Order: sequence, then structure tokens, then C-alpha cells
Amino acid sequence: MDMNFNQHISGQFNADLEAIRNHMMSMGGLVERQVANAVAAICSGDTHLADDVIRREDDVDKAEVTIDNECTQILVRRQPAASDLRMVLAVSRVVRDLERMGDEASKIAIHTLEVTDSKNPQLCQQAMRYMGEEVVKMISGALDAFARHDVEGAIEVVRNDKLVDKQYASALRELITYMMEDPRSIGQAINILWILRAIERIGDHARNISEQVIYLVSGTDVRHSTLTEIEKTARD
Amino acid sequence: MSIIENHKTDGKPFCDSAKLSARDVCVHYGEKQAIFDVSLDIGKNEVIALIGPSGCGKSTFLRCLNRMNDTIDICKVTGEIVLDGGNIYDPKVDVVPLRATVGMVFQKPNPFPKTIYDNVAYGPRIHGLATSRVDLDEIVEKSLQRAGLWAEVKDRLHSPGTGLSGGQQQRLCIARTIAVDPEVILMDEPCSALDPIATAKIEELIDELREKYTIAIVTHSMQQAARVSQRTAYFHLGQLIEVNSTDKVFTTPEHQLTEAYITGRFG
Ligand SMILES: Nc1ncnc2c1ncn2[C@@H]1O[C@H](COP(=O)(O)OP(=O)(O)O)[C@@H](O)[C@H]1O
Ligand SMILES: [Mg+2]
Repeated sequence: MDMNFNQHISGQFNADLEAIRNHMMSMGGLVERQVANAVAAICSGDTHLADDVIRREDDVDKAEVTIDNECTQILVRRQPAASDLRMVLAVSRVVRDLERMGDEASKIAIHTLEVTDSKNPQLCQQAMRYMGEEVVKMISGALDAFARHDVEGAIEVVRNDKLVDKQYASALRELITYMMEDPRSIGQAINILWILRAIERIGDHARNISEQVIYLVSGTDVRHSTLTEIEKTARD
Repeated sequence: MSIIENHKTDGKPFCDSAKLSARDVCVHYGEKQAIFDVSLDIGKNEVIALIGPSGCGKSTFLRCLNRMNDTIDICKVTGEIVLDGGNIYDPKVDVVPLRATVGMVFQKPNPFPKTIYDNVAYGPRIHGLATSRVDLDEIVEKSLQRAGLWAEVKDRLHSPGTGLSGGQQQRLCIARTIAVDPEVILMDEPCSALDPIATAKIEELIDELREKYTIAIVTHSMQQAARVSQRTAYFHLGQLIEVNSTDKVFTTPEHQLTEAYITGRFG
């Protein structure tokens, strides 16, 4: 084929699509940093860092609204089809997940301030650090997969989400044993529980982003599918 | 770009309840080949959209379906086009009733220089479909009703058809096509001369007509194809590249040429 199908006849349309993709990526970078900082804050008890995360949540919210609006403009002006349509829909869904991750990061930060106030030692330190670092990797993995249209990379994120879910379940069991042994730890345990829950939710959102990568590349909607079903879709 | 060697149409060109079936259709204008081995079914009561860049052969293919190409001397059609089991290119077939059964609506509304009533009554008269004035009145009213024009013209049936607005003229032409009791309606860019409101009315009409008729529509508007059709066929340089459900074509087309065309990467 002696034609360049990468470019639209309309240069502005190219630029608009390029813009939403780039804006989504930089919002992704911001959210990844928010989550990484929230996790670092809780693990190290750094309340300044936690403060910073809370302050920046606003930037994440603004980015979501801006990008979503850009997507709407493209839909109205260009009536995109096929891979262009999937790009716009995927970006618009991804920014929603990114915004929710931002919320979870700021929840973690708020709990950091409470947990570090208490005199008891922190529970489930290990699990928190492990899960936290894992979901940060998942966010960058999902965004990379999006940028490279990499289905395998996206599936890897879905696999890691299952591991995080398992970690979360076992951390919960650990917390319950603490609470049973020493009822005075219940307040602290509940705070930790909220934090673990927030981290686990971030993993779910990274998984959602990966599902959009599969939609973007193949057109198949794999939301609410199992890992096995997703792997099968990728093979077909 | 050039013709694809050994091309096989992607997607689902065939269907179980075909009203019209084209098989290995080739069309030449003199030395020049305009259609290359096109095989396609058009299902009963479906609207199929034929899309593709200008000059790709959409009109030529559409005109094969009721032998309108017979009117062009240098045009030669080979292959088979079967309507309800019979090949319409069989030499025994009389094209006049064929063109009533497979009616056509053109790009520019072309009412006869006659009254609204006579525009619609003309076909039924020459095909002997009405035995009395009462019959004819009934056919005219029913056809104008189905074309969504009755309410607007019932008080001025005897004024000239050419006095109507563009959109009304196009619906009058649709009424004229319907009046001879067709089974298939072919439309070649029926809205390209109309404003958006008139276009929306025709599109709504197409959707209603689908209950009774099988419709093939050529359109250069991708949004129109997406709105009115159930299946979409993409033509490129006289070849049928891909046929799929309209949903599929506009979300996940199979062929890269279809994708490039509908996303506006060429045209
Ligand atoms: N009457 C004709 N005589 C000679 N060539 C024709 C005639 N009609 C169409 N063609 C040629 O056949 C090809 C397909 O034309 P057409 O069916 O009108 O395309 P489309 O409707 O997709 O724009 C074009 O190359 C066109 O020049
Ligand atoms: Mg044409």
C-alpha cells in the first residue's frame, strides 16, 4: 500500500486526537506520582508528603474535566469512527479511572495523618508497602500499554491485580487477628483497613485502564470479564 | 493505489434471507473496467449502505441491480444478479416491470413537470395497477402517506410537483417509486441535494420503509450510512472490500482500507 494511513486528511483532527492522548498521559503521570507519594507517606509517616498529596488532588480533578471536555469536542466536531472512536471513548474512560485513583491517593494521605497521630505501632506494614509499590507499577504498566497499544502488557497488569487482591485478603485476615487479640487496636486497625482498601481499589482502576487498552486495540469490551476470558480474547 | 490482486471480500457479504444476490459481477464501460467480481447479498427488509470514495463504482453497482446500466451503450455487465431466485439478466426478463419491482430514487429529485397527483399516478397508470379512478386515488393517497408527504400536500394535489421544496420533491419521488408497488428500492445519494432537516425526514422515512421494502442506499455521508443502515458495504476502486453489520464497520472494521476511509484518512 503506497499511502500513509497514519494521518487524517484534516490536520486539526490529527492534532486533536494527539492532544487528548498526550493530556491523558500527563494526567496519568500526575496520578502515578500522587499514588507513589501517598504510599511513601504512609510507609514512612511523612505527614508533609501526605499534605502535599491532599493539596494536589485538585489538579487531578481539573485534568479529568478538561480532557473529558476535549473528548466531547472531538465527538461533536469530528464524529470519529473505528479506531479514532475507540481512542476517544477509551481516553474518556481512562481519565475517569485516573480521577478515582487520585481520590484514593488522597484518602490514603488523609489516613496517614490520622495513623501517624496514634501512639500504637503501625499494623500490616509489610503488606501495605508491598501492595502500594505493586499498584504504582501497575499504573505505569497500564499507561505504557496504552501508549504502545500493547495487549500483552495490559494483560500483565490484570494478572498483577489478582495478586494484589490476594494480598489484600490475607492482610485483612491479619488485621482481624490483631483486633481479636487486643481490642484497643481496633481504632488503628480500622484506619489501616481503609488504607489497604484504597490501595486495592487503585489496583482495580489500573486493571480498568488495561481493559481499555484491549478495547482500543481489538474493539472487544472485556469489562467484567475474567482473566481467562481476557487472555482468550487476546489470543483470538 | 491500485486494484488488489486475488481480493476476497472481508466480513459477511452473504446472508440467509437474501432478496437480491449478486455473484461475480463485473462491469465494463468500453475498455475500462468499473466493477471487479463483486458478490453480495442484500437481505429482505434490510437497509444496506454502499459507501466508498467517489468514482469507486457505487452508482454503477447500484444501477446493475435493476438493469439501469442497459441504457448506457458502452456498459457491459457480466455475472449474475438474482432476485427471488430468478436471474434478472436473463434475456427473457422484461426490464419495465423489473424496474417497477426494483425502483430507484436519484440524487437530484426529478419530479415530472406534472401535478403532484399525476407524478404519483403516472406509474400505476402505465403499469395498469388501477382499474378505476377510485383505485388510483387510493394508490396516490397511500403512496403519499408512506412517503410522509400526504399531510403537506393533500390540499394541493393538483398543483405542480416542481413547486414543492427540495425535500418535498424527493419525498414525492419516493412516493412515485412506491406507487408501483416495488419490493426493492435503490437510492443513489438521495439526500445530497437536501438541507439537514429535509435529510433527517428522508432518513426517518427510510427507517419506516424498511418494514415493507428492501433498500440499498448509496451515500457519501458516513454518518448517514451509520444512521440508516443495518449493513454497510465498502467499495474501493470497483472492488467490494468489506461488508459487515453497520455497527461493526463503524467501530471495528476488518479491512485497513475501510478503516482508513471511514476515519477520514483518505476519501
Ligand atoms: N456512463 C459512463 N461512461 C463511462 N464511464 C463511466 C460512466 N459512469 C461511470 N463511469 C466510470 O466508472 C467508475 C465508477 O463510477 P461511479 O459508479 O459513478 O462511481 P461512484 O458512484 O462510486 O462515484 C468511474 O471511474 C467512472 O468514471
Ligand atoms: Mg455515484
